[in-house]
Amino acid sequence: MNNFLDKRKVELDTFKQTVRNRKIIATKINIPDGLFMKCEICSEMVLREDVEKNLGVCPQCDNHFRVSARNRIKMVCDGGRFEEMFASIQTVNPLEFPGYLEKITKYQEETKEFDAFVAGTGVIGTMKIAIGALDSYFMMGSMGSAVGEKVTRLIEFATETTLPLVIFSASGGARMQEGIFSLMQMAKTSAALKRHSEKGLLYISVLTNPTTGGVAASFATLGDINIAESGALIGFAGQRVIKQTINQELPKDFQTAEFQLAKGFVDMIVSRKDLKATLVKLLRFHKRGV
Amino acid sequence: MDNREHDIKAWDRVQLARHNKRPTSLELIEYIFPDFLELHGDRLFSDDAALVCGLATLNGRPVTVIAQEKGDCVHERIKRNFGMPHPEGYRKALRLMKQAEKFNRPVIFIIDTPGAYPGVGAEERGQASAIAVNLAEMSTCKVPLVSVVLSEGGSGGALAIGVSDRIMMFENAIYSILSPEGFASILYKDSSLASKAADDMKLTAQDLLHYGIIDHIVPEDPHGLHCNYALSFDHLKHQLDHDVEFLMKLPVAELLKKRYEKFRSMGQFAE
Repeated sequence: MNNFLDKRKVELDTFKQTVRNRKIIATKINIPDGLFMKCEICSEMVLREDVEKNLGVCPQCDNHFRVSARNRIKMVCDGGRFEEMFASIQTVNPLEFPGYLEKITKYQEETKEFDAFVAGTGVIGTMKIAIGALDSYFMMGSMGSAVGEKVTRLIEFATETTLPLVIFSASGGARMQEGIFSLMQMAKTSAALKRHSEKGLLYISVLTNPTTGGVAASFATLGDINIAESGALIGFAGQRVIKQTINQELPKDFQTAEFQLAKGFVDMIVSRKDLKATLVKLLRFHKRGV
Repeated sequence: MDNREHDIKAWDRVQLARHNKRPTSLELIEYIFPDFLELHGDRLFSDDAALVCGLATLNGRPVTVIAQEKGDCVHERIKRNFGMPHPEGYRKALRLMKQAEKFNRPVIFIIDTPGAYPGVGAEERGQASAIAVNLAEMSTCKVPLVSVVLSEGGSGGALAIGVSDRIMMFENAIYSILSPEGFASILYKDSSLASKAADDMKLTAQDLLHYGIIDHIVPEDPHGLHCNYALSFDHLKHQLDHDVEFLMKLPVAELLKKRYEKFRSMGQFAE
């Protein structure tokens, strides 16, 4: 009996010692802000550096974190290089909507971008392409006049120079503050894509999390090939609106990438680490004059 | 024209646009196209009663008519899903646009919808894709296209039959990115501020003419369309005839170029 108690005491002491040591370590090491980040899916604390090295994917559970438009483009272009175009296009306030420009300025400071779309040319697997990406960090990647104009110019540039086109979507839809002007960007971008298509050129649309509303109902779903990135929410109406309308719970997989694949609206689901290889393969299949 | 110069506030126009005695698309069709013959089905899934399509003549010329129908009584409204089309509605419209192209018939679109239906079936059958495809296909449809917003033009669900050479609106119709209630609930976090939203959104025919989004306003009786629709419908018929006549004379390449440029120029930005 004594033997058991002694053993227990030693165990307890060791435990206390460990706890104390831990405390000391915790107070001694000064953890810089943002060294760790919490994955919202698996709740693990993961090293930010590990996530960045892993293309913004959680090393524990494969959750795809949001990435900025610029990083998105760098991830797939050879050597991470691309030449930006139409960078100077900026938002104005066509409806004179109160507080709109202040909001834009705030997002510009946060993201260091003029607006929610980055466009240019890059090289993927030694093939030159026109490439653009929506930035979900900038006002939920919403499409107003500036975004619509940049998307359209990129498409028109690809048509004129007979380049294949890759656009990454990440958007809540049309930008409310620009009202009818935002709505008309849907027509403008879709019409430009139709001209690109009629020239026999390839458009690959990559739908990332989330792609909804007016962006889903225009250029994002018009790809010759539509790719859904793993974990993307894709749909027309918001889930809250649908729930209110039908007064029922929604199916579990509703509007997921898997749902869109099963219903026939995307060609494939690709995880971020395989995205570049998939794009290279698709571009090779469509290489002209081979 | 600027609606601030008028006594009628945007919210009053919203009320007139939604007035329960306001004529719906089928009443307009009955008046302007008495020989209208309905054609059903998208040939893929079903027939959407919220989007009515058919053939008729306009001043002796065969035309295709594509109209969103809200219904004029409770029974009809339920049957018509309150004018909110499903993807099969937009695909029926596309089928008949292609048919019109084949037979070189102009297409008249009557827009009257709170929006495309937000439901499970609509999402399963690709509401976003159905709208997007229509936007792209309308932009190169080789026959004259004229859209008329009768009462409500709700967002992408309206635009999906709105990429036309001419766009008209009735005097008290509204055309917007979202309902004023939805807008207020998103941007002001309070759907009871819908009347303020209606002002801020610039959704009246007068605003949209000022911005160059629409080409023509169909005048209404001072008390609303329901008080004297014959006057407005006669005006519309005359205007449709005039526009179709003009557009039919344009060479196809020029028609399409002008249509592209019309939408290409929409949007305001700095550079």
